[in-house]
Order: sequence, then C-alpha cells, then structure tokens
Amino acid sequence: MGEVIVVTSGKGGVGKTTTTANLGTGLATAGQKVVLVDTDIGLRNLDVVMGLENRIVYDIVDVTSGNCRLRQALIKDKRFENLYLLPAAQTKDKTAVSPEQMKVLSEELRNDFDYAIIDCPAGIEQGFKNAVAGADRAVVVTTPEMSAVRDADRIIGLLEASELSNPRLIINRIRPLMVKHGDMMDMADILDILAIELLGVVPEDESIIVSTNKGEPAVLDRGSKAGEAYRRITRRIRGEQVALMNLDIPDGLMSKFKKLLGLH
Amino acid sequence: MSLLEFINRMLGKENTSSKNIAKERLRLVLVHDRASISPQMLNNLKEDLIRVISNYMDIDESCMEVNLSQDDREVALVASIPITRMKRDYSVRS
Repeated sequence: MGEVIVVTSGKGGVGKTTTTANLGTGLATAGQKVVLVDTDIGLRNLDVVMGLENRIVYDIVDVTSGNCRLRQALIKDKRFENLYLLPAAQTKDKTAVSPEQMKVLSEELRNDFDYAIIDCPAGIEQGFKNAVAGADRAVVVTTPEMSAVRDADRIIGLLEASELSNPRLIINRIRPLMVKHGDMMDMADILDILAIELLGVVPEDESIIVSTNKGEPAVLDRGSKAGEAYRRITRRIRGEQVALMNLDIPDGLMSKFKKLLGLH
Repeated sequence: MSLLEFINRMLGKENTSSKNIAKERLRLVLVHDRASISPQMLNNLKEDLIRVISNYMDIDESCMEVNLSQDDREVALVASIPITRMKRDYSVRS
C-alpha cells in the first residue's frame, strides 16, 4: 500500500513543481515505484520540468472522466523505469475534476505505486481542494519572504481543517549571505512563526534554472547544492534521520575582528 | 541602506535589520489572519466570557460586543459589555 503526498504552498512561484519533480525523482533513484501527478489544470508545468512535454497523449481529466484508463495516461520517465508522470490537462479548468474523483484516483495510485507525489496549484480554491482531497500527508513549501510565509500559514490552517494534520515544511531558496547580514528570515524565525515540523531547507541555487532548462531534476546533479538538499529531503520522507544541510557562511575577517573587540 | 544603518550593522547591532522588521510585521498580520479564519472562534469566546462574567454581575448580552481591533503596532481584543446589575452575593460565596 503506497502513500499519497501533496506538495502545496498557497503562494505561486515558491517551488512546488520543482520540489515535486525532485522529491519524486529522488524516491525513484532509491528504487521506489513513483508517480508524479500534476493537478495544476490549465497551467501544467511538471511535464516541462521533467523533460516529458513531448510524450503527452492523455491527461488527468481524461482519466477522471473515464475517457481513458489510468495506464494509458501515465508517461514513463526517460531515465527511470519506475518513475511515471500523470500530466494535467492544459485546455480545461480546475472544475473539470472534483475532490471525489481525486479520492478515487488516489486510491488507485496507492494500490499501484509506493509513492504518489501530487503537485498542487497555487491558491486556495477548487484546485487546492482537489489536490489535497485524496492525500495521506502534506508537504508545505515556502520561501523566506513575508508573503510566502503568510500564505503558508493560511494553507497550514486549511490543511488542518481538512484532516491533513501534521504537514511538514520545506523552506526553499534560502540565501545564506542575506541571512547572515540580517536581511532574510532564517530557518528558526520561520519555524517560530509557523510552528510546524521542518522537512528540509533548500538554498537558492542557479543550477535549478539550468536543470529546468534541460528538463533534468537537480536531485540527479551531484554538483548541485539544491540537489544535495533534495537528496536529504528524499531520505527524510522515507523516515531516515538525516542532518540538515549546513548553509552557514564561515566568518569573514570583519566579523572575526568584531568578535575580538567584543562587539558581537 | 543609510549610513547610520550601515554603521549600526558594522557594530553588530541588528535591530535595524530588515529581517526583524519582516518578523514583526508578519507576527501582526498572522494574529489577524488566524483570527479571521474562524468567526466561530469569536463566538465561542463570547459565550465563554458571558459564562465567567455572569458569576460576578448581570450583563446585557444583547448589547455585548467582542471584536479584534488592529492598529499599526498591535492587535487587541476589545470587549464592550454593559452591566445591568452587580451581584450582591459574591462576597458570601467567596
């Protein structure tokens, strides 16, 4: 019996799709049978991030409306035999699927896969309700910005109201230098405000843009810092205890001097 | 960044850092956001208040008002509760 995990955030552009792609690919490298589900109907992107945009025949609406069988709509990944994508429909809207249909779909995925990772659309309307309807647990993605943290707080409230308690948090796009200079909230600040369990921290990393350009998730790139962060997050999803990535910047000359003078 | 801010930062005084401004603003916004998620909560609070206050005095429940008010620096719970009669037997019970 597999597990259905929804990746959500409230605010758009914080890294839900990137997180979904990397989590799923990471789990597949560990030998798990995984399906990625794009529920952002009308604005699909998970196919592009995975580099599978040219292989789409059927989509999630075809499956939920009985137009085709699940097996026909699943796209097998280029790199892994045990990784699949169920793409969103591009020409319909969020109301083309209902929460009840998502529950039925999730049940089917739970039987066929070890993990189903659901990429939730931004917002708190129908698309969000669909994405969380069949999920067993939730991962909330935020960035260290006020607007993203505020929206994450709202989403956490809504998740708890919909029986998905204990969501876990990924803080994405941390810039260690800005944190050091006091110009960006750090991990402790955000955990203090949101009061939920941390799943991982991901540093801002240009290699994410490069990997999206190529359609190859960063988790496969041994040289990528964000990829390393996602490798650790993947292991935590599977229940391992893994240390957080060290994002501290070593003290420069100026701060050593300040310490010497007792100013810090 | 102004010169003063820069100097403060070089001296390791973090009070002016923008992260602290963000944290403080977020704290206030979330008090209001979280409260506004459930009007149910205000109602429950109102009922609890009535129950407790009625031990000490009679109040006019129909004119009672309980609201959250927000200004730049804080969010406050403001209650206006008209008293119709004090209870004389309070001292006896205690």
